[in-house]
Amino acid sequence: MTMQSSNGQVSHAAHAADAATMPVETETWELRLYTAGQTPKSVLAFNNLKRICEEHMPGRYHIEVIDLVQNPRLAKQDQIVAIPTLVRKLPEPLRKIIGDLSDTERALVGLQLRPRRS
Amino acid sequence: MNDASPPPQRSPSPARAGLTDAGRAQLPKARTGIEGLDQITVGGLPRGRPTLVCGAAGCGKTLLAMEFLIRGATQFGEPGAYITFEETEAELAQNVRSLGFDVEAMVRDGLLTFDHIRVDRREIEEVGDYDLEGLFLRLGLAIDSIGAKRVVLDTIEALFGGFSNMALLRSELQRLFRWLKDKGVTTVITGERGERTLTRQGLEEYVSDCVILLDHRATEQVSTRRLRVVKYRGTSHGTNEYPFLIDERGISVLPVTSLGLDHQVSSERLATGVPALDAMLGGQGYYRGSSILVSGTAGSGKSTLAAHFVHAACARGERCLYLAFEESRDQIVRNMRSVGIDLVPWLDAGLLRIESSRPTLHGLEMHLAQVHRQVERLDPQLVVIDPISGFANGGLTLDAAAMLLRLIDYLKSRGTTAMLVNLTGGGKDVEATEVGISSLIDTWLVLRDVEATGERNRALYVIKSRGMQHSRQIREFLITSQGIELLDVYVGSRGVRGNDSQPQRTVADLRAGGNRESA
Repeated sequence: MTMQSSNGQVSHAAHAADAATMPVETETWELRLYTAGQTPKSVLAFNNLKRICEEHMPGRYHIEVIDLVQNPRLAKQDQIVAIPTLVRKLPEPLRKIIGDLSDTERALVGLQLRPRRS
Repeated sequence: MNDASPPPQRSPSPARAGLTDAGRAQLPKARTGIEGLDQITVGGLPRGRPTLVCGAAGCGKTLLAMEFLIRGATQFGEPGAYITFEETEAELAQNVRSLGFDVEAMVRDGLLTFDHIRVDRREIEEVGDYDLEGLFLRLGLAIDSIGAKRVVLDTIEALFGGFSNMALLRSELQRLFRWLKDKGVTTVITGERGERTLTRQGLEEYVSDCVILLDHRATEQVSTRRLRVVKYRGTSHGTNEYPFLIDERGISVLPVTSLGLDHQVSSERLATGVPALDAMLGGQGYYRGSSILVSGTAGSGKSTLAAHFVHAACARGERCLYLAFEESRDQIVRNMRSVGIDLVPWLDAGLLRIESSRPTLHGLEMHLAQVHRQVERLDPQLVVIDPISGFANGGLTLDAAAMLLRLIDYLKSRGTTAMLVNLTGGGKDVEATEVGISSLIDTWLVLRDVEATGERNRALYVIKSRGMQHSRQIREFLITSQGIELLDVYVGSRGVRGNDSQPQRTVADLRAGGNRESA
């Protein structure tokens, strides 16, 4: 699938499920992926993220892609320096993962879906 | 919602407003507007290129960077973008408000913009490949939003704490500095001093155009700030360490003026304020722009002689700066009034400024820097330093002498008349202590007490006075309620010596004077 960029105002996302089927008792994941244009790294990051979400939180996630080339102002709100950066807004606490998420194990640790191993 | 205004057109040839050597085949430079720094760098920082400003914590890096931007925006019409990695915008604004700069207003007017880039490793996980494009975009936004010509990155080393992939970080920094050059912005990058390197992260490897090192050290419990241009590719620059000062007007660097002995000399003569002394100096007094040394033992009337000169200068409508290192302003005014010299009208009229301080409080070079600044501001025709021995007490004698030389040089190059008062010890040869500076002195007067026939009397003589016929008499003088009055002749231990044809005998007599009861 191709990555879609939002214009920043609207959180355009890949909804895997509609609200009716969403389990009420489980947390919804609010994820924001910052990119700078459709670079291979960004596309890779998006695809990796999508795959992880489908596997671990199907129907309970919401990915907002923000293209900073189009909206550089939005870099400030989440203190974005590195690209791509994934920000986990919810569940709290806020987490940031930078990189193309190619290492699934470490990505899961970063998202706190796996306990950190030393 | 891209409301960033389009970047204004940049002219290919940067404006070199105010640069005096614009005609020379020099690198284009961006003036900092910081007192003294533009002189040392012969016109400012390399335009359109990065400059590294490094030094230990608290050495004034941030202030220098900030002043560079603020003065760029206010004095040279070049808006500036401040990218801070450590302090927040509010903290920065607070810091410079004390210098009288209203940063918020400048931001409102589109002259300045701030971005605080915070990188916190604790909340970042690195998974796979990344780059720092976000940093570039933020910088680009900041620059384009106000058409910035100047950029500060303070301090980009914070990035090293935020990321673990050093190889990537270094290649990104290289890309960043190239990108800044392509943008054509004049950039100041700050860096913390490393143990063996100029900066902890070796930023000097990336910034090859200009490197300025700031230093803040204490010697003999006296702290001094110093600045040195370590490197400036393609241009001549001062290589010394220059003392600099941070005060309520920001940074000022004290350049060591190279006199080169090509300063303008004046043949205008200035009355000394003591008619009989004028007569001793070829009948007309000192030369304008000359350096006059008045040395003597304690209580011999040196300050009074200086006050006469000040009084005469103010009466001519000249501005005078009196630097007093031993007495307060009020003390000087009172003491001089007691000998009939009223300085109050000149103080009130703004012609005379008495600055009292103790050099030891600041450290020698700071002190010189302050003198320098005061001279720049008041633009006086006469500067009195009373006494120059105050400098010697404030630090190492070698430093003091070098510093005094600089000061005299500086005043000479400005065409400012300088009167230096020096206290000499009673036991020592009055002429011995001045060896270091005597070559710079044009007119040298010695005042001393002469003990003879059961009295201490005051005597005055001229050791040298370049470019004029001067008396070689030793003249006794009195300090009366009308000031200094020279007696017609000096009555020495062996009788009256009023004969110019026998100067050696007269001096010998003076030296021996106290030891002989009678002839």
